[in-house]
Amino acid sequence: MATTPTVFRLDDASDAPEARVRLRRFHPDDLTATCGAGVSAFCAVWLVYERFTPLSGGLGFWLSWYVVFLALYWLIVRGRDGRMAATDRLATVVLTTAGLGLLVPLVLIVGYTVYKGWTALRPAFFVKDLRYTGSLSKATDGGGLHAIVGTLEQVGLAVLISVPLGVTTAVFLNEVGGRLARPVRLIVDTMSAIPSIVAGLFIYAVIVLTLGQNGFAGALALAVLMLPTVTRTAEVVLRLVPGGLREASLALGASEWRTVHDVVLPTSRSGLVTAVILGVARAIGETAPLLLTIGGAFVVNANPFHGKQDALPYFVYRLIKFPQTAQVQRAWTGALVLLALVLVLFVAARIVGGRKPGSAGILRRQRRHDRRERS
Amino acid sequence: MSRRSSHLVSSPEAIAVAGPSVDGEARVEIRVHRGPVDRAYRLVARLAASATLALMALIGAFLLARALPALRAAKWHFLTEQSWTPDSGRFGISAVLLGTVLIAIIALVIAVPLSIGAALFITEYAPRGLRRPITSLVDLLAAVPSLIYGLWGLFFLQPRLIKVSRWLTDHASIVPFFRTKSTNYASTTFIAGVVVALMIVPICTAVMREVFSQAPPGEKEGALALGGTRWGMVRTVVLPFGRGGIVGGSMLGLGRALGETIAVSLIISPLFVRSTHVLEGGGNSISALIALRFSESNTFGISALMAAGLVLFVMTLVVNAFASVIVSRSRSGAATEI
Repeated sequence: MATTPTVFRLDDASDAPEARVRLRRFHPDDLTATCGAGVSAFCAVWLVYERFTPLSGGLGFWLSWYVVFLALYWLIVRGRDGRMAATDRLATVVLTTAGLGLLVPLVLIVGYTVYKGWTALRPAFFVKDLRYTGSLSKATDGGGLHAIVGTLEQVGLAVLISVPLGVTTAVFLNEVGGRLARPVRLIVDTMSAIPSIVAGLFIYAVIVLTLGQNGFAGALALAVLMLPTVTRTAEVVLRLVPGGLREASLALGASEWRTVHDVVLPTSRSGLVTAVILGVARAIGETAPLLLTIGGAFVVNANPFHGKQDALPYFVYRLIKFPQTAQVQRAWTGALVLLALVLVLFVAARIVGGRKPGSAGILRRQRRHDRRERS
Repeated sequence: MSRRSSHLVSSPEAIAVAGPSVDGEARVEIRVHRGPVDRAYRLVARLAASATLALMALIGAFLLARALPALRAAKWHFLTEQSWTPDSGRFGISAVLLGTVLIAIIALVIAVPLSIGAALFITEYAPRGLRRPITSLVDLLAAVPSLIYGLWGLFFLQPRLIKVSRWLTDHASIVPFFRTKSTNYASTTFIAGVVVALMIVPICTAVMREVFSQAPPGEKEGALALGGTRWGMVRTVVLPFGRGGIVGGSMLGLGRALGETIAVSLIISPLFVRSTHVLEGGGNSISALIALRFSESNTFGISALMAAGLVLFVMTLVVNAFASVIVSRSRSGAATEI
């Protein structure tokens, strides 16, 4: 009796819904192998590391454990499935470690900053400056209002300068093009890695030597650093606008400017907002260019065009070097506020930019329509 | 109606010219006729792009102009001198340059394998539902300000790394880099390098992930269909295809590592001696030199710092230009079609 060739039937493939072929299924043996290797590696390393050799220290222990674990795991899988499968499993374990290990610093950095900055975090931090604090004041006296005001003004000015320039450059790269496009793209790419201190030096040479240190000089330095981020992200977003939309608009007789203004930019609106937010997130934490340009202050100076200003990163950088515990605690609180700002901006960018360009309007409706037709 | 008249027109004559030979192979010539609005729009876009180019040129020009007095005074000794005392006329970047390069090398040695692993995990190994969250978290890691990395490295990581440094000196001093003369393991090139490595890992990972994810699916499926394991598929298809991404991503990371300022200046204790003992207390980098010496310099001292900044600028420019050429070669720029 011949077996029915169910798997290889191609003629009636259409009536059965296509199922995804799963390349790997979970097998109880895998769990046994992993746990077994882990436990036996732990025992072996404990015996050798802690008892037989004069070694000590947590890091060394877990490093040796990992190496022995890998070796044992490889041997177990080789005994069961052969050499090739063992190498494959070993690669899986190592790469998974790398991928998940990358997230450990994130947890540690956020956790440590929250732990350190929590102690001096009071509402007063957002409404007071350091005008009335002396070296004996408590960490909860005074606050970082002057730094927050400075950061908001500097970053705001930097956005006003760099976003129009960056988005227009991105429009040029993607919509106009021409011989100039290649060098501009290359320069924007290389510009994104200008050391931030060099941007500060540049603004110092151009502005500060003639006008003195003020918030506006800091804003210009931040704009230099934001510009490539905004341009590159905006260009990628514009590139995702379907070419068909552009062609349809042109074919209907719209001018190029109308096409860009009424079709391309609105389609990519969410992506452009993401570009701006990512640029702000980069600029808000920059310290090095501000060291050279804003001068620093302990009182609120709301005028960015005159007199020295403070900024949140500069506030942290300066206070952390003070010998008084109170100042150091204030610095950590400043760092916590800064980190929180970056996190909020980042999450906002994800929420706004999470949608694919073009999926907002007609396309999504079309897709829903298609789905209804099919069902 | 005036805006209407400025639209894209293929003039009737052009079509008439092409008319008789439609069944032949002749191209249909379309003459583009742009109205004033379109011409103004193109001009503005071109001006914005030129402004970006001009800005870059201006940065180089201004740094050079301000650096000239110091460079004229120091001549070629600027490249060979170790110490940094501009007031006595003895200053050079050889020590800080070596420190910068050492920090960058340490950072790359740690960051590149880690990022390749993480990028492969995200594109090939992670469960489908985990891919986006992990990518977001890695991008978030890239958005954490370098100041916070520096503080964390100084207060959290340094006490732990000192133990590692001591272990390396005691047990691995066959490697000449790991030898030390003093017992001070704090504020070293090594610790700064590790912190910088953590800072560049997300950048390298993002570039590599993007290139790996564009590996041709047909060839990947082919490798699996021929009976290859997943690692075999990665080794024979994804890695060769993504070589440009690995090199380009590492170089972008290198550019960042060379220019990193705040984290390094917080951790390192400045020392103006050419030394390759990375575990020994004290080290330096160009950007840390500028950040730490800036406020206490007179006009000539600042000119000298500008010269150092110029060297850093040129160095990162070259590295990044190479990197972006390599990455863009392994990435297609075609528009998405409906």
